[in-house]
Amino acid sequence: MDALALEAKGAKSESAGASAPPKPRPKPPQKAKRIVYFEVEILDIKTREKLLLLDKVEPTSTILDIKSLFHKSNAQWYPARQSLCLDPKGKPLRDEDILQELPVGTTATFYFRDLGAQIAWGTVFLIECIGPLVIYLLFYFRLPLIYAPKYEFTASRHLVVHIACVCHSFHYGKRILETLFVHRFSHGTMPFRNIFKNCSYYWCSAAWMAYYINHPLYTPPYYGESQVKAALGIFLFCQLGSFSIHMALRNLKLSGCKTKKIPYPTKNPFTWIFALVSCPNYTYELGSWLGFTLMTQCVPVLFFTVVGFIQMTVWAKGKHRSYLKEFKQYPTLRSPILPFIL
Amino acid sequence: MASGEEDGTVEEKETNNKKRTKGAIATAWLTFYNIAMTAGWLVLAVAMVRYYLQKGTHKGLYRNIARTLKFFQTFALLEVGHCAIGIVRTSVIVTGVQVCSRIFMVWFVTNSIRQIQNEESVILFVVVWTITEITRYSFYTFNLLNHLPYFIKWARYNMFIVMYPLGVIGELLTIHASLPYVRRSGMYSLRLPNKYNVSFDYYYFLIIVMLSYIPCKHSTHNKTSTCMLPFPHWGCHVSGV
Repeated sequence: MDALALEAKGAKSESAGASAPPKPRPKPPQKAKRIVYFEVEILDIKTREKLLLLDKVEPTSTILDIKSLFHKSNAQWYPARQSLCLDPKGKPLRDEDILQELPVGTTATFYFRDLGAQIAWGTVFLIECIGPLVIYLLFYFRLPLIYAPKYEFTASRHLVVHIACVCHSFHYGKRILETLFVHRFSHGTMPFRNIFKNCSYYWCSAAWMAYYINHPLYTPPYYGESQVKAALGIFLFCQLGSFSIHMALRNLKLSGCKTKKIPYPTKNPFTWIFALVSCPNYTYELGSWLGFTLMTQCVPVLFFTVVGFIQMTVWAKGKHRSYLKEFKQYPTLRSPILPFIL
Repeated sequence: MASGEEDGTVEEKETNNKKRTKGAIATAWLTFYNIAMTAGWLVLAVAMVRYYLQKGTHKGLYRNIARTLKFFQTFALLEVGHCAIGIVRTSVIVTGVQVCSRIFMVWFVTNSIRQIQNEESVILFVVVWTITEITRYSFYTFNLLNHLPYFIKWARYNMFIVMYPLGVIGELLTIHASLPYVRRSGMYSLRLPNKYNVSFDYYYFLIIVMLSYIPCKHSTHNKTSTCMLPFPHWGCHVSGV
């Protein structure tokens, strides 16, 4: 029945002719009156058991179409959860790949792997960021049971503690807003298990930092006001930088087409760092946290900064490598995360 | 063209030769290492038995063997290096965690907290470690020499069923016994206020270590029970008790 529906759609799009198709698919040639339909077979990657056989699949259907068809017959496996490969040991196919462009005959065999329950990237980001925002404020306002009873609901007498609270909240507030309005995620989902791992890391780190910064026995920075001012400057500069980079990356993906592009410096001075670095969003993030560490002079913050730096370097190196693989003309001056160094 | 092909095979032979010599050196070193460790732990075992036979009590036994124990247990750090450079096929992290937990017990519990050195639980875990390590290192030695007596293999794969829980009990009881002394002396702890704005309480840290025995030892124990290969290979590392 579904194959019939596809056929009907195919007939309609043929007759539509000049009008632009909703998805950027190659239009079937007007001359050919016969379309060679594909047959699609889906096997389980472990048991090699035949899970589904589809006949009369349109050659211009994408992997996502096939996943949707598979989902219709197996309701528990929504498309985000499916991984289809041509070869049991190969890489998964992308959703945008088109059936007729794959190295298959007219009968395509796909191997299916269940990726497990998935959760949208945006959702994970939101939960990751709302946690620290709220948790820090619990410590800042010195809610009961955290510190000794005589300090309940008191305020710190150090200005730097108040500034730190504003900065920390601003940072996570900005992240939340960016997740809602700025970021365009190339991967839709991640495995559900990740949410526990990610959230426990962010939430526990925030609690650990907040405990010491807002502690009644907190010691302000050694060099006093000048240290705080300098650190605040660094922090704000890097926050602006991070925002500029996120906007620049968003504008790269504006037209909705999925082709990857190299990011270049724009008129915004904060993006000029693209000339030297592949992933300046991570560079600015590191800068922000270094600023925060300097501002609060707190070892747990330093620890969080270092761990974050290590993780972001791993990500930046991966991204840099994929840029180099994708583009032959990729600027050679660029480093993954730190100009000329890393 | 022909000379190019010849060059190719000559290069191949050279790299194969290099690999073979590297393999031979690695085997020689590992054999020496395992024999040395077997000998070390045997010396420890003999010293303990002699002390007990002479004095009739376990009091003061730890002091007597402390240096030897610390030396050979610390030397085991090399095993992490073996995994890192690949001459032993075990995960660096698994070996690292096991060696670290041993080093922690020896240096940061029994060495630092004098008052618990005469506890029975200390003797318990030291005896368990000695038996396990002698079995383990002799197993590796015989393996490398390709001549494994059946009783060593049997001991390696069966003794841990008894040794393992005994070792865990010994270690946990020792840490538990040390708690009051740690609390009173405030050792290895950093209090607020200080310019680093961080604090560390060794007392609560030890409690967390005790609690972590449950998930950690459970997971390494599970990993090792799958390592019951009928065909022993170089680096098969049963969980260090």
